[in-house]
Amino acid sequence: MNFKLKVWRQQNENTAGQFRDYEAINIPAEASFLEMLDIVNEGLIARQEEPIAFDSDCREGICGMCSLVVNGIAHGPGKAKTTCQLYMRRFQDGETIWIEPFRAAAFPIVKDLIVDRSAFDRIIQAGGYITARTGSAPDANSIPIGKTVADLAMEAAACIGCGACAAACPNSSAMLFVAAKISHLGLLPQGQPERTSRVRNMVRTMDALGFGSCTNHYECEAVCPAEISATFISRLNRDYAVASIREGLAARG
Amino acid sequence: MTTQLDARIPSGPLADKWTKHRAESKLVNPNNKRKFDILVVGSGLAGASAAASLAELGYHVKCFCFQDSARRAHSIAAQGGINAAKNYQNDGDSVFRLFYDTIKGGDFRSREANVYRLAEVSANIIDQCVAQGVPFAREYGGLLANRSFGGAQVSRTFYARGQTGQQLLLGAYQALSDQINMGGVKMFPRSELLDLVIVDGHAKGIVVRDLKTGEISSFPGDAVVLATGGYGNVFYLSTNARGCNVSATYRAYKRGAFFANPCYTQIHPTCIPVGGPYQSKLTLMSESLRNDGRVWVPKNKGESRRPDQIPEAERDYYLERKYPSFGNLAPRDIASRSAKEVCDEGRGVGPGGLGVYLDFAESIRRLGEQTIRERYGNLFDIYHNITGENAYQVPMRIYPAVHYTMGGLWVDYNLMSNVPGLHVLGEANFSDHGANRLGASALMQGLADGYFVIPCTIANYLATQLGKKVSPDRPEFRAVEEEVRGRVKKLLSIKGKRSATSFHQELGLLVWEQCGMARSRDGLKDALQKIGPLREEFWENLNVLGGQQELNQSLEQAGRVADFLEFAELMCLDALEREESCGGHFRVEYQTEEGEAVRNDKDFCHVTAWQYTGPDSKPVANIEPLVFENVKLAQRSYK
Ligand SMILES: Cc1cc2nc3c(=O)[nH]c(=O)nc-3n(C[C@H](O)[C@H](O)[C@H](O)COP(=O)(O)OP(=O)(O)OC[C@H]3O[C@@H](n4cnc5c(N)ncnc54)[C@H](O)[C@@H]3O)c2cc1C
Ligand code: FES
Repeated sequence: MNFKLKVWRQQNENTAGQFRDYEAINIPAEASFLEMLDIVNEGLIARQEEPIAFDSDCREGICGMCSLVVNGIAHGPGKAKTTCQLYMRRFQDGETIWIEPFRAAAFPIVKDLIVDRSAFDRIIQAGGYITARTGSAPDANSIPIGKTVADLAMEAAACIGCGACAAACPNSSAMLFVAAKISHLGLLPQGQPERTSRVRNMVRTMDALGFGSCTNHYECEAVCPAEISATFISRLNRDYAVASIREGLAARG
Repeated sequence: MTTQLDARIPSGPLADKWTKHRAESKLVNPNNKRKFDILVVGSGLAGASAAASLAELGYHVKCFCFQDSARRAHSIAAQGGINAAKNYQNDGDSVFRLFYDTIKGGDFRSREANVYRLAEVSANIIDQCVAQGVPFAREYGGLLANRSFGGAQVSRTFYARGQTGQQLLLGAYQALSDQINMGGVKMFPRSELLDLVIVDGHAKGIVVRDLKTGEISSFPGDAVVLATGGYGNVFYLSTNARGCNVSATYRAYKRGAFFANPCYTQIHPTCIPVGGPYQSKLTLMSESLRNDGRVWVPKNKGESRRPDQIPEAERDYYLERKYPSFGNLAPRDIASRSAKEVCDEGRGVGPGGLGVYLDFAESIRRLGEQTIRERYGNLFDIYHNITGENAYQVPMRIYPAVHYTMGGLWVDYNLMSNVPGLHVLGEANFSDHGANRLGASALMQGLADGYFVIPCTIANYLATQLGKKVSPDRPEFRAVEEEVRGRVKKLLSIKGKRSATSFHQELGLLVWEQCGMARSRDGLKDALQKIGPLREEFWENLNVLGGQQELNQSLEQAGRVADFLEFAELMCLDALEREESCGGHFRVEYQTEEGEAVRNDKDFCHVTAWQYTGPDSKPVANIEPLVFENVKLAQRSYK
């Protein structure tokens, strides 16, 4: 198969970027999208042109490293997929494909298609954990957790932290990402002691890092490769409201 | 000159060694812990759990990884599960049984004391992870669920859907994030270790390239912990993440650390077959699938019918036939080699005849599609996405692929290498899996090393280092930095014609052919003759564009390929000199008439720990004899 590519090239955070045209020639239909880019890059290297920089590692949809906007969609067309799980058989021969980095104010571009998503790490550092000193845990079966609750927590925990949600949101909101972690930990009995402080600290950090607010567009849910449900956002809102009320009450003494 | 290796195994009965060792280990008091800086390289299960736990104890930790976030370490991709001797199923499991299975699974090529300790702390790992909120699968009553895995006859594997590695890593990453927040750990993502700094014979620092800016700098520390994963990508195609590399451990080797058993590599039996030369990596279908899938090929060569058209009588369920008691759950090396055999006989299926069927039809009839969907839904989705086939309707096609590396830097019972101060955890060390790792045991080992072993054992080294802080002004730091800069400059200045990838592919194919599932003296000699010239060409004809002071992925890759090109030689040499078949190391010269591996316990019941002696001289083979006091060496049998 052959494709015309329009690829975002940008030397670094401080320079302006632009779309550049490339040809992808003789691409097997069974190749993945990133393998298609590998082939293009090998061609560029042979012509002494700098290859296109893009992030990837596991190439099987779990590490959350790949992060391309393909034809205007974070992770490209198709449901519940990362860019690395996108295959060329999905495209038409001869098609023009637009390739851009994930864009959000809190994700500055590092180079070409690579962005800096350390803001997500900072949100987790603000409280996305259960404090459990190594060695102090009770027997694992001493806290029974119903299968339904455990399964729901697992659904939220499946988030791969790729940032597609924020890239797809018109407001660049990180609410789905935060909601997933709040729900994963907040659903479990182990997560209760820190539930209030967790939501407060994570939401405030998210706001401070320049992510926008959620105005219910649901673009996040549509692109999420881990199929995190937007209903978790309601859960987050409830938890945050409770945390704020508690804080207000505490302030009034 | 060979060095006598002292594994520092505590004396006393096997079951008491670890307790005794903990009681006798040196302690560093809380005030002094604050004086120590520990450099942890790697943020996978081993690195993240170690960094978090060491910081909890009060040490100052710096943690490095090459991905953009600690959470993306390769451990994230582990699917199937983690073993622990909890005996929650009441099916007769025990610490001793897990120990025995691991020793036997490793074909009697691992150290008893380490493996016993691993089995012992396995239960604590599950407790720890549940306390962190890891959402393991549960029964309706709310208790933890288990499944069984290859090489075991009990159900001791804990899992979180098909994403166990992800959930365990997120648990460790969150603990790490907690410590970053508390100021105990400083995290350096997108940072690659390019060399180790040795001062007065001790590991006292590392040289790192900031992958975003290209800046090369050194970090001094009181101890170095490498948790940098395995070297499976020496084969180019493997189930490992693209970035996995040997550089950290190989650089340490060149600075004096011994590399043990590099020829022990594991080929996983259940991967999606190779599609073509464009392929950048291979995808594993978790071995847990073998619980409910039956492996078969047609009895006839060159069979052209669709699988559902082939009657039962014309199918060969070869694992069930050859290994009636373990059947489809035979250990990985055996399952992989059997697949190769039937394909070599011309009975393979799919493009190129390099595949076997993994068939769920019977399980679906017995349990219903819903149950299979619940157990393996995401794996079936992955398979569908890659191959375009629906495995609920047609059998999966699978083929073995490189998956894991048992070899690694030699460590003693304290997980310290022969270089004082240099500790090695997780897949990067050689320790617990012998010549073959059982499924669901790598996650266990990484977390055992990081959460429970190193926080205790590192004190034995640090207690000797009070008041011996090395000044960052020592010339050793500048010297290694300059060497690293010189190497990077050299890579950029060759300006030849071939990309690093093309060299990597060529090397990968060569070692896959000659040092893969089956190895022969001639093949290994052939590989050894070809690697040198390939490396020479690399240094004359490599083409890396872009500069040093910027994000430059070609440069990163070139550095890793350069190390693979040296390391491959060591791996083949080790394979050549180990004149026996054991576990994942199958030498065609040493097999029974039925094609089973034949160990040579008289001459090879030992660890070979290779010592670097310079670019043009043969490394020295140091030997650690393996002494078995608690198990009887037996011909491994899974019949
Ligand atoms: C597809 C797949 C499925 C698997 N499933 C299972 C399973 O079900 N059960 C099981 O027990 N095991 C499984 N394994 C094996 C297991 O996942 C690994 O052995 C284990 O996760 C390794 O953990 P680690 O912490 O040692 O290293 P890794 O997770 O590989 O982490 C290495 C770390 O080191 C860093 N690093 C490496 N080199 C450098 C450098 N030069 N500079 C700086 N940082 C560096 C990386 O950034 C990373 O953070 C699976 C493996 C694969 C490939
Ligand atoms: S590369 Fe890991 S999710 Fe795409």
